[in-house]
Amino acid sequence: MFRAAWRSLKSHTLRLVLSTLAIVLSVGFVVGTLIFSATLERTFTDLFAQTTADVVVSPDTEFTGQGFAGEVPTLPTSTLDAIQDVPDAAKAGGTVFADGVAIIGGDGEPIGQNGAPQFGSNWTDDEELTPFRLIDGVGPTSNGEVAIDSVSAETGELAVGDTIQLVSPTGSMDAELVGIFRFGTSGNLAGATIAAFDTTTAQDILLDGQEAYTSIDVVAADGVTQQELADQVTSVVGNDIKVQTGEEAADEAATQITDALGFFNNLLTAFALVSLFVGAFLIVNTFSMLISQRTQELALLRAVGATRGQIVRSVITESAIVGLVASVIGCLFGIVMTMLLTAFFGALGIEMGDTPLVLSPSTFLIGLILGTGVTVLAAWFPARRASKIPPVAALRDDATIPTSSLRRRGIIGAVLLVLAAWALVSGASSADGGGFALVGLGTLGALIGAIIFIPLLAKPVTRTIGAPLPRVFGTVGRLAMDNSARQPRRSAATASAVMVGIALVTGFAIITTSASKSVNAAVDEVVGAEFLISNNNQRPFPTTIGDEVEQIDGVELVSRSGLLQAEAVHPDGETSFQFPTIVDPDTITEVLTLKFSAGGFDDLTDTTTMVDEKTAELAGLDIGDSVTLRFSGGSVDLEVAGLYQAEGFWSGFVLTDGAAADAGVSIGDAFLYVKAEPDADLDQIRSEIDAILEDYPTVNVQTQQELKEQIEDQAAALLAILVALLGLAIFIAVLGIINTLLLSVLERTREIGMLRAVGTSRRQVRGMVTLESIVLAVFGACAGVLLGLAFGITLQKALSGFGFTVLGIPWVLVLILLVVAVIVGALAALWPARRAARLDVLRAITTE
Amino acid sequence: MSAPATTTTTTPAARAQDLTKIYGQGDAEVRALDGVTVDFESGRFTAIMGPSGSGKSTLMHVCAGLDTATSGTVFIGDTNLTTLRDKELTRLRRDRVGFIFQAYNLVPTLTARENVTLPLDIAGRKPEPGWLDQIIDMVGLRDRLNNRPNQLSGGQQQRVAAARALVTQPEIVFADEPTGNLDSRAGAEILSFLRDSADSHGQTIVMVTHDPTAASYAHRVVFLADGQIVDEMREPTAERVLERMKGFDAKGRRS
Repeated sequence: MFRAAWRSLKSHTLRLVLSTLAIVLSVGFVVGTLIFSATLERTFTDLFAQTTADVVVSPDTEFTGQGFAGEVPTLPTSTLDAIQDVPDAAKAGGTVFADGVAIIGGDGEPIGQNGAPQFGSNWTDDEELTPFRLIDGVGPTSNGEVAIDSVSAETGELAVGDTIQLVSPTGSMDAELVGIFRFGTSGNLAGATIAAFDTTTAQDILLDGQEAYTSIDVVAADGVTQQELADQVTSVVGNDIKVQTGEEAADEAATQITDALGFFNNLLTAFALVSLFVGAFLIVNTFSMLISQRTQELALLRAVGATRGQIVRSVITESAIVGLVASVIGCLFGIVMTMLLTAFFGALGIEMGDTPLVLSPSTFLIGLILGTGVTVLAAWFPARRASKIPPVAALRDDATIPTSSLRRRGIIGAVLLVLAAWALVSGASSADGGGFALVGLGTLGALIGAIIFIPLLAKPVTRTIGAPLPRVFGTVGRLAMDNSARQPRRSAATASAVMVGIALVTGFAIITTSASKSVNAAVDEVVGAEFLISNNNQRPFPTTIGDEVEQIDGVELVSRSGLLQAEAVHPDGETSFQFPTIVDPDTITEVLTLKFSAGGFDDLTDTTTMVDEKTAELAGLDIGDSVTLRFSGGSVDLEVAGLYQAEGFWSGFVLTDGAAADAGVSIGDAFLYVKAEPDADLDQIRSEIDAILEDYPTVNVQTQQELKEQIEDQAAALLAILVALLGLAIFIAVLGIINTLLLSVLERTREIGMLRAVGTSRRQVRGMVTLESIVLAVFGACAGVLLGLAFGITLQKALSGFGFTVLGIPWVLVLILLVVAVIVGALAALWPARRAARLDVLRAITTE
Repeated sequence: MSAPATTTTTTPAARAQDLTKIYGQGDAEVRALDGVTVDFESGRFTAIMGPSGSGKSTLMHVCAGLDTATSGTVFIGDTNLTTLRDKELTRLRRDRVGFIFQAYNLVPTLTARENVTLPLDIAGRKPEPGWLDQIIDMVGLRDRLNNRPNQLSGGQQQRVAAARALVTQPEIVFADEPTGNLDSRAGAEILSFLRDSADSHGQTIVMVTHDPTAASYAHRVVFLADGQIVDEMREPTAERVLERMKGFDAKGRRS
């Protein structure tokens, strides 16, 4: 049987190439992301292993945020002195390292990706105590000198000797660039920028002038292990301070970074799996085709005594060979993918250094098992049908594979769809956070239900879509319409592949559009200020800006607001990650209008907090309850005195600057709401604000309109990335259409020959195949759009409590998707249509 | 030798002159047609007969513009097919030639009526109402017009195919073993229909067959052997054709 399987494969190489391609691409993406994430982890593990001292001492805090977490926890210089006295410590050095210094490039714009950390640090020349490796110039030794990482120097087009601008929460400064360094072997630290100063300057900028350190690095004397040194250090500094061996600290640092970057990897893997799922349809179709072509051959095998099991095994063997070959190629393709990803990360400013790719056997094993498994599983259905071919079929020339009625399929599909619809609707109307999960479950159920049910729709739907064709294209259109419904299962599988991609795109588009519309609506309803001033990465900026803006003629008031990372401790002891907003209770009511269901801004004091209803519900909080907010500087207990409705990004806990101060957090301003006097000249105010901000390239002023446009742009950019990723799934769906059409052309060789013989022109034949293709593609797209609408709308409803208050349906995009389906259909038909048109008429009509 | 094949009493609807068709090269060379010159008279029903491999199908394919000859010329009316390109040949087949195949070759998704009018529909022409009705009655399919091919018997399907061939009122209809898949009664219906359309409507018909009974419905039989015209017979009967064919078989066995 193995030989029969092998022969059959060899004789259908071309047809298999298409379905193989789908597996190759999907496996390639999965393997590529796996290799990439392994390499990423190795890169940073190695990087920190090289650059971390033997023991790292740092403050022990309840909550350590990343980025703008408020007060930076420190260790006093006395701790360093004590550690230097440890007998087995060869030497120790204090490090100042914290987020908050933006480097301004040669073009006047801040360097670095939006959102990536902007580290400031102190400088030390001792390479045992610092990860920095000077590659040009010298280290900074006095106020007014700075060294920066080599990637920043390159992207900012900055060279040693230049005077460069640096912006921190306390102000803006100019400094001479005296040195350029690398972080260990890497150009920078995972996309973050680093500016290094002499220790005093670093303490001034990052620690408000405290003579303190954010961590202390200790180097062991010869023959002393990291653990021994750590124990000695602990005995000196006590248990209230975190003492880690270099190994532990390096692991922790590497894990933090790879977790942060891992999000992107997970996203890629998810899309690769969607592609694999779509690719499975292609396999089902391909093997159905191979089998239907070999009906007689298989019947003959049965007639001469092959058992059903043998037939099934023969087909399964075939698919296993195909799957294995495709997966092997896919693994190789995965290595190429990794290189592309590395290049992509490089373009984002995240240097991977020269770490070789981590090619672990388990990665390839996963790729092989996944690719082969999906192929075999997909071939299982056609194989079972093949085994049902009766031996007598060998004797008939019009034998076809017996197809079980679609009824059972219809019932199963319909039941699933009804259940999914129930899940979607109840998820949408659910009041608590569980709605989100229900909608997710409903989405999955609806996709699978639709795939099962869709063959029943093939006939009526293609007829509806194709209805205008006969009128527009005459008989050719009529034939195309009929042809697209001739093999309901095959048409359905082909359309399903298109459907999955389009459904996800539509669903995502609705969510992103709803998000941007909700925020924009919230801007209109919530914000009562003419101008908003904020940092480009939402980090705090100098309070002097607000002071200056207050002095502008025509400005009625400036309300200052801050944003922090924190951990909320719920009444039940659970914790959650939060972004509390710090407001000035005296002015906030003038510029923000929130819909309170209980309490109001009047109730906001230094001992109370406001929280949105959804967050309160999830945290199990109600009016009068007490909640603890932990910041990285300390914590504060507050009473919930008001509940409001989340709108756009106005959500979460709201507290006063006084309450923040009680937690030991002193913050700069992150948002300024500027309210003008009723008859003020807004253009004049704007130009004066612009003049003030000239010295602070990271800080921007926006009108409400500009803010809304920016939000829309961000949503569009996010959507573009998602569409690009789903493009892979759609590309594989196109391969499916090509495959189906090629088979249809082959099966109808005689019919096409006859049409040509009675005078159908080549152009008409091409047109017929192209129209059939378009009908299939539009069928899939319509089903996809409908499902996508269901997913998107219900998800928006389920998230409405989290600020997704407004439903936004991107009708233009939906229209574009349908137009794209038409174009995609036409493109997919190019090759099959050409083959059909080029058929040798004589051979076609005399063919068996 | 019998009378030369070129002797005709009416103007020819199609004419082949010195046709040669060679397949393969060198030792594998096969001369399917070896200098065939033949006229198909207008308004007459001509049968091409010969043993398998005599080249009769090739002759029909070349004359119908479905295949090209290695040398020689083919005319349908005044049109020299050998000078036409694919597009022009397609148009010629569409507008001036009708086909009936052994395997019916109907479009399974179309109704009987739609199959009949298919060539007109492809050309974007309207059927002449009187003529369409007349054909439908002639083939006796009026009550099956809305059925699809798989709901029709073999004989009915072939009658649909015959009606399709005639609907454009072509200058010439080529039929390739039209009764090959039919039982004798269904075959007789088709053949009577073909003969009748030649007799009462002056339809030129050329039919390839190896069945003497089928050939006996024609006005004239042209005999082909080894790629050459070897004989012809007017007003044939099945017995005479069979007798003549036996001669070829004997000759074939001798060589």
